[in-house]
Amino acid sequence: MSDLQLQHDIEQFLYRQAELLDTKQWQAWTELFTADGIYWMPPDASYKTWDGQPAIFAEDRNLMAVRMGRVLHPDAWSQRPLWGTNHVVSNVVIRKAAKNGDVEVTSRFHMMELRRDDVRHFAGQYTHHLVKAKKGYAIRLQRVDMTNAQAAYDYVLQVWV
Amino acid sequence: MKTNHKPNFRKMVEPDRVRKEVYTDEEIFRHEMERIHETVWIYCGHESQVKNAGDYVTVQIGRQPMIMVRGKDRKINVLYNRCPHRGNMICGDMKGNTGDQFRCSYHAWTFHHDGRLKNIPMMESGYKGTRLTKDSPELCMKRAARVEAYRGFVFASLAKDGPTLKEFLGEAIVAFDDMCDRAPEGEVEIVPNCFRVIQHSNWKLFMENQIDALHPSVTHQSTGRAAHEVEKQLAKKAKSGEAPLSYHMLSAFATVTIDKWDNFQTINYPYGHCILTGYMGLRPQDPDTLAYDKVMIKAYGRKRFEEIVGVNIHHVLVYPGLSVQSPLQQLRAVRPLGVDRTLTEIWHFRLKGAPEAIYRRSLAYYNLVNSPATLINADDLENFWKCHTGLSSDGGDWVSFARHHGRDIENKGVVSSAPNMGTSEAPMRNQMKAWAKYMSGAAQEGSR
Repeated sequence: MSDLQLQHDIEQFLYRQAELLDTKQWQAWTELFTADGIYWMPPDASYKTWDGQPAIFAEDRNLMAVRMGRVLHPDAWSQRPLWGTNHVVSNVVIRKAAKNGDVEVTSRFHMMELRRDDVRHFAGQYTHHLVKAKKGYAIRLQRVDMTNAQAAYDYVLQVWV
Repeated sequence: MKTNHKPNFRKMVEPDRVRKEVYTDEEIFRHEMERIHETVWIYCGHESQVKNAGDYVTVQIGRQPMIMVRGKDRKINVLYNRCPHRGNMICGDMKGNTGDQFRCSYHAWTFHHDGRLKNIPMMESGYKGTRLTKDSPELCMKRAARVEAYRGFVFASLAKDGPTLKEFLGEAIVAFDDMCDRAPEGEVEIVPNCFRVIQHSNWKLFMENQIDALHPSVTHQSTGRAAHEVEKQLAKKAKSGEAPLSYHMLSAFATVTIDKWDNFQTINYPYGHCILTGYMGLRPQDPDTLAYDKVMIKAYGRKRFEEIVGVNIHHVLVYPGLSVQSPLQQLRAVRPLGVDRTLTEIWHFRLKGAPEAIYRRSLAYYNLVNSPATLINADDLENFWKCHTGLSSDGGDWVSFARHHGRDIENKGVVSSAPNMGTSEAPMRNQMKAWAKYMSGAAQEGSR
């Protein structure tokens, strides 16, 4: 595969990831992950592993299922008000492309969130460890280093960024 | 600044209800800061945050920006974060090491770790013949009136008179004993990460909610149910027949129904503190717990070990701004930012000498319940905002705390909820009784 083709495929995958979040397709989003896939948002960029340390998110597929179940529950009170997000993903750099097709890629994101009349902005870096799947890719690790990670949170994050 | 005119606070608090203005009025908020937060003992931080000389953290006490710093003599000082020259804040960062001295970024005045003036550039020529000499007290960074620590937890009071820290804490001191005793080495160490979350409501709503045994199964139903579903699936698949404990931490919010919460009990103290008893099943018999038990028995002997792990506490509230969940080593400090904005600073601790698996239990709770992506507090915060908005309206004048009113058991000023009435609103009634006392100046005579 040419470098350009690979770059294109990876970019399309990252856009799709963001689109599933913005369109609230939670099930399809969790299915992007491998069976042992992890979604991780460290509180500090210096952290090397999600395991055994404080984390804003450190979720495997089971915990993702809890979060999804909660968000979809009719009595998830905080889900009542209108809210939505808009991700922009860019600066896609392939860091490593293994012979077996696995890829490590970093990108930058910017997310605007609207909740009731309040707008919040979150931005930072994605690091994806992608595994070549039968069709496209699957996420083994999605690391989200938010520029705002250490800032006080005005309200909280309800779903994945 | 002391205000002369003041509202009649006692009239705002009746035994079973409270005026809404108590939560929404800015003038009342100013009085609260002066009479309560800037008078009583307020939690500053843990000694393990400032291990070395010059290590500091900044902390808000009421409206006052403060610095907690370790001196070369190992003593911990709490100072106003203000240069006596032009009022510039000395530390602009939340934490760091200041070296041998504090140095103001404006005109390079320097200070010792205990606030004493060290030097002013060209002191001799600049101040000769003025009212200021090198030993003038007004050239020092002002110190908190009183600083005391208990088992590593540092508190400061900005009033020079008043009860000692131990007198103030009273029975609520068990929060720190229970947490530290659970460590085989009898000490805890802070994990250096603070989660900070802002709620759009008055600080008192947080304090009430923490020991409100009535709300979890309503407010947190969605998370409890969702976690319970996954917990059941995992238990089916597991060899042990049990899902990881972290799922139980979440599912309990739904599976412990209101009638079961009635089995809990609250014990309420004159300064407004409260102990919520009950345990959420945290003494399981899994291999990790058994390994921990072994280490504990070796450290303390069986008799003392049984006493320590038998302490039946869910939460301890130290009024007006601290919530401690000692069995899980969690601590939340409440910092009012305004009448309608409140910051909580959330920490957790390592039990020194305990196996890693026990730390992971505390960590799981910290991440799942207390992180800024919390599956639990998201709905509390939503309630707080809705409460504040409703209370700001003309739709009613009172907040009701009448549940099981008249059925509490009172003994020498200590009020317990009656048996099987754990959802009694006794803690809120007691907090507001203490509040009225503080606000009328009767609880603690003292001046800065």
